[in-house]
Formats: sequence, C-alpha cells, structure tokens
Amino acid sequence: MIGQHPNEMRTPMRRVRGLGPAHTGTGHFWHQRVTSAAGVLLSIALIVIAIALLGRSHAAAVQILASPLVAILMLLFIVNSAYHMWIGMQEIILDYVHEDKAKLFSLLANTFFCFAVAFASAFAILKLSFGV
Amino acid sequence: MAELEASTTAGARRARPISPHLQIYRPMLTMMMSIVHRITGAALYFGFLLLAWWLIAAASGPNAYANFEWFIGSFIGRVVLFGYTWALLHHMLGGIRHLIWDTLHGFEPAEREWLTLATIVGSITLTVLVWIVGYLAMGGPR
Repeated sequence: MIGQHPNEMRTPMRRVRGLGPAHTGTGHFWHQRVTSAAGVLLSIALIVIAIALLGRSHAAAVQILASPLVAILMLLFIVNSAYHMWIGMQEIILDYVHEDKAKLFSLLANTFFCFAVAFASAFAILKLSFGV
Repeated sequence: MAELEASTTAGARRARPISPHLQIYRPMLTMMMSIVHRITGAALYFGFLLLAWWLIAAASGPNAYANFEWFIGSFIGRVVLFGYTWALLHHMLGGIRHLIWDTLHGFEPAEREWLTLATIVGSITLTVLVWIVGYLAMGGPR
C-alpha cells in the first residue's frame, strides 16, 4: 500500500486498471464530447438543408436529398446524433431509474429506439441516393 | 441489548439531519439551464422520430411526402417544428458552453452567469432568425 492515500477504497489492481465501477472508464464521457463537437457542425448543416427544402415539391426535395454532399451530411448527422443520444439517454436512465427490471427494460428500449430511428433514417437517405 | 434497542427506538423518533437536495437551494439560472439542457436533449431524442418520418416520407413517394407536409404545415406541426428548432439550437449552445467548461475556462461567477445567459438569449434569437430565413426562403408566410 505504498503511495496509497489512507482513504483510498480501491485495491491496487482496480487503480491500475483505472476503469471505475462501470468497467468502461471514461469512454462514454469522451465519446459524448467528440459527438457533441461534430454535432455542432452537423446541426448547422441540417438546418441549412431543411431551409433549402422548404416549400419545394416532392421531386425537387428528393433531388436535393439524393445529391451526394447533402446525403453524406445527412448520414453523418443521423449516425452522430443516434450515438450521442444513446449515451445521453443511458445517462438519464442511470440517474433516475433504480429498480433493476425497470432499468434493464429502459436501457434495452433506449438501444432499440436509437438503432431503429437511425437505421430507418439512413435507409431512407440511401434509397433516395441510389434510387434516382 | 435492551438498552441499545431502547436508545435506537428513541433515536428513530428524533428528527435526523438529512442531506440537502435541490429544493433547499434558491433557483439560479445556471441550475435552470443545466436541467433545460437535459430536457432539450430528451426532447430531441423523441424529435428524431420527426426527422425519420420526414426522410422516410421523401423516400416513399409524393403521397407520403404530402402527408408529412400537411402535418408540418398545420398549426400543431409548426409549433412542434418551432420547438424542435429551439431545442436543437439551445442544446447546441448549451453543449458549446459545456465544451468551454471542459477546458476549465469560464468558471468565475460573472463568467458562468454570462455564459448561461448567452445560451438562453442566443438560442431564442437564433431560433427566430432561422424561422425568418425559412419564411423568406418560401417567399413569405403561408
């Protein structure tokens, strides 16, 4: 126990691994920062794209959404946001849901929801891009 | 043993000190904006359904797209879209504020008050600005 703080509750092995009680370390914290930085730029792109589509016919809207640059930006927004909101909602659930079954169910539902909306949105963009 | 039990039952009736929670503090702008950041995040989470509907409708064809346009053009649709715009911009500015804090800057009392005020004023201003640009792009309100 040389060099260990007298109030230190962790075993030396725990300290060496440095992962904390969640066993994942600071991975999610860092990923949330990376996706938030990307999210600033991609949200601005989404707003510009949405304004460009306002009041246009279906054919014109499809043409814009299917163009490579717009489609790529939309796909990046979808994947980036889905991961960011998956981490965020997991954090909210872990903060407020303490009962085991409810926690497990909410965490599962969170994962299902994020995958479902992300894949559905990405599929729509890809169908538009490849279908023209 | 009996003595110990007696003392614990007596102790249970006495008011114990409890740790303070949120309601004991005077509400401050920084803590309000903290919870609003979480609320706008959760709103955007479910708002993703709107984005998915929009894209799936566009990919499905003119009829599905017309249905989406009818909804988003209705009064309720516009209120939802306005709320989505504000939530997105507020969460974005709040996120930038958190990124600044992550660099250990902006923690002085005046600085954090200023940053927090800038988040709420900035998000409302930007939302109105985006909607004005949007209406101009459509050639005026319809």
